Amino acid sequence: MTSDWDYDWDNPLRDPRDRRLPRIAGPSGLVIFGVTGDLSRKKLMPAVYDLANRGMLPPGFSLVGFARRDWEDEDFAQIVHDSVREHARTEFREEVWQQLSEGMRFIPGDFDDDTAFEQLRRTVDELDAARGTSGNYAFYLSVPPKFFPKVVQQLKKHGLADAPEGSWRRAVIEKPFGHDLASARELNEIVHDVFDPEQVFRIDHYLGKETVQNILALRFANQMFEPIWNRSYVDHIQITMAEDIGIGGRAGYYDGIGSARDVIQNHLLQLMALTAMEEPAAFDAASLLTEKLKVLRAVKVPEDLGKHTVRGQYAGGWQGGEQVLGYLQEDGIDPKSKTDTYAAVKLNVDNRRWAGVPFYLRTGKRLGRRVTEIAVVFQRAPHSPFDSTATEELGQNAIVIRVQPDEGITVRFGSKVPGTSMEIRDVTMDFAYGESFTESSPEAYERLILDVLLGDANLFPRHQEVEESWKILDPIEEYWDRHGKPAQYASGSWGPEEADEMLARDGRSWRRP
Amino acid sequence: MKIDLTDTTASKINKALVQGRRAIGTPAVGMVLTMVIVTDEENAYDSIKAAEEASHEHPARTLVVIKRHARTPRDRTRSHLDAEVRVGADAGTGETVVLRMYGEVSDHADSVVLPLLLPDAPVVVWWPVDAPENPAKDPLGALAQRRITDLYTTENPQAELESRARSYAPGDTDLAWTRLTPWRSMLAAALDQARVPILSAAVEAEADNPAAELLARWLEARLHVTAERVVTAGPVVTGVRLGTESGEIVIDRPEGPLATLTLPGQPSRTLALKVRTTSELIAEELRRLDADEMYAIALRGEAPKETPDHV
Repeated sequence: MTSDWDYDWDNPLRDPRDRRLPRIAGPSGLVIFGVTGDLSRKKLMPAVYDLANRGMLPPGFSLVGFARRDWEDEDFAQIVHDSVREHARTEFREEVWQQLSEGMRFIPGDFDDDTAFEQLRRTVDELDAARGTSGNYAFYLSVPPKFFPKVVQQLKKHGLADAPEGSWRRAVIEKPFGHDLASARELNEIVHDVFDPEQVFRIDHYLGKETVQNILALRFANQMFEPIWNRSYVDHIQITMAEDIGIGGRAGYYDGIGSARDVIQNHLLQLMALTAMEEPAAFDAASLLTEKLKVLRAVKVPEDLGKHTVRGQYAGGWQGGEQVLGYLQEDGIDPKSKTDTYAAVKLNVDNRRWAGVPFYLRTGKRLGRRVTEIAVVFQRAPHSPFDSTATEELGQNAIVIRVQPDEGITVRFGSKVPGTSMEIRDVTMDFAYGESFTESSPEAYERLILDVLLGDANLFPRHQEVEESWKILDPIEEYWDRHGKPAQYASGSWGPEEADEMLARDGRSWRRP
Repeated sequence: MKIDLTDTTASKINKALVQGRRAIGTPAVGMVLTMVIVTDEENAYDSIKAAEEASHEHPARTLVVIKRHARTPRDRTRSHLDAEVRVGADAGTGETVVLRMYGEVSDHADSVVLPLLLPDAPVVVWWPVDAPENPAKDPLGALAQRRITDLYTTENPQAELESRARSYAPGDTDLAWTRLTPWRSMLAAALDQARVPILSAAVEAEADNPAAELLARWLEARLHVTAERVVTAGPVVTGVRLGTESGEIVIDRPEGPLATLTLPGQPSRTLALKVRTTSELIAEELRRLDADEMYAIALRGEAPKETPDHV
């Protein structure tokens, strides 16, 4: 590398008019801690391969794995090879694999093992010299949060967190970002002690989904939705994330955490912020943060938490043709556990746009099917020239953003039934991503890893957002701790009856997603 | 499903399309563009296949215009139109109409195509072979936002290239240029790493390769150096060398999909640079439908007038 580093150097081969050239990350490398874990094998490494296959990674891109295994570089390459073969989205190509595998290194060691981190530092230097990674590294902490302090301290101690002049170092962390406000702050302090806030990328893989990014496009690139996106036209909003699986092997992590902390605090509040926020001044990380923070700060938890929040636990039963255990019967769960596997809350946003429009957020395990969606339900027409029999079967208009699976947008409205004199019934109009832009949709992790390497922080929640979200959830969790216990609901249903009653009290009902 | 229509008209074809969609139960479709392929019978099969594969990324109504030459003078005077309407599983993710034109109607293909275009959606015309002298002035080309030609399928690529440069209109593009995207992005990435001024350039390729010529012109326009054209045994483009003060930046692809990248003072490393299939090229073409200014610059071989804002 040349020593006289000119940071303002313009590459004459790049030009804003040249739109074919993809956004390729600059010279860089990725270090994954906990590289033998599930997430790394099923998501991260395949995503790295898919990026390479699409030509998005720079020549000389290097991947360093760190884990407590007695492996050589070749063993590591074999593991990556197998996981890529099995889980990559794009076709396996030998030449892409060769390009990638030349830059793979493995460091065996514990997180408190100084020699291992010393070896990591040497490897990073060696890669800079041999492959031109230019000192640019992202450290992906794919490890349980209890190891965060150790790993970041070690990075600091061995000089890995300090970027040489003209290069960058970034840290990538995964949820959970704490289990309440106090622990989240503590975690942020630990990480920010070593990395500046701008260097820390928090992964919320939901935000990497095309449909979620499309919320902003739908709202702010179009003229026809934004004028009605407010309390004058919207009756209420339902945000649902349902899973059909149980807790599986995650008993140790899940018990004591529960669905509200696991899903509402991050995914659902992020979706709510994107749905409710005002137009950002620009599509950049700082403007998005400003608007998201503003709306999160305006969120008000209902006064009577007993009436407007519900939690539940799945009971044994039949789901989708399969007999399944109840939560309390699962392996490793205390039969007296009060952990919620279903949570529904009503939130209000106290600002001019949303005053009086409730946001109902719900999530749960072992529900009817796996689905995530945002439903904006509109008020009924204030006056109808048709008589009541004509509109008997007409529901409320709705715009539904289907986040997963079957990504797309549904608009529901009334239409005349053909052949009748005048009978109006609900019909839906569909936009499916699978229909209009098939196959090109990259996986969330691909997008997010590329963004980390490019330094584009638009799709990553900042620590302030994490803290604001805990401020919303903490009073609810405290109330649940002190009052009652979770309601039981049948596996394969859409949650406890109490949740239906919660909406019925407001004169509304849940959508069947 | 397939519906065959003989001696037909555009309005009957439109009826067949609606009928076909009703029969397979999807009356509303999310097609994003109309793709018109103008070809001869020989190249029709491969082109339709490529377009159908590309339609997985860009669902489209594909109209294939095949001009037939009757064998007898009597048949040549009789003008008629046959159509084959394919919807559902027979047509990728969109709809395909193969139009076979005999006699005089083949001189008025635009009159058949115009009523069959999707409302309000962009139109792309692709000539896999025998592109007109001036694509934008061609009656079919004039209907389109994007006109795709392919210098690889011409007898005299060098002369064709000059003629394309003369007749260039915004919206023109060529698959020879599309084939270069992986090369160009790797060269740009190599320069991201090297960060040094380029003093000389050389493009190595088989003789008469139009992509190599475009690549050389692009390098000349961007780097303000003269690019040497070196003839090798091929296949297609085999290497690019950029001279710097401290040595050469080389991307070398002697054969197969594996290339080697060498930067001054660094060990060489391998790069994946595959020759892509036609459907992949078409899919890339359809990703953006606005004018490709960089293609125009490369085609004319001109240096940029003002200093552009670099990224």
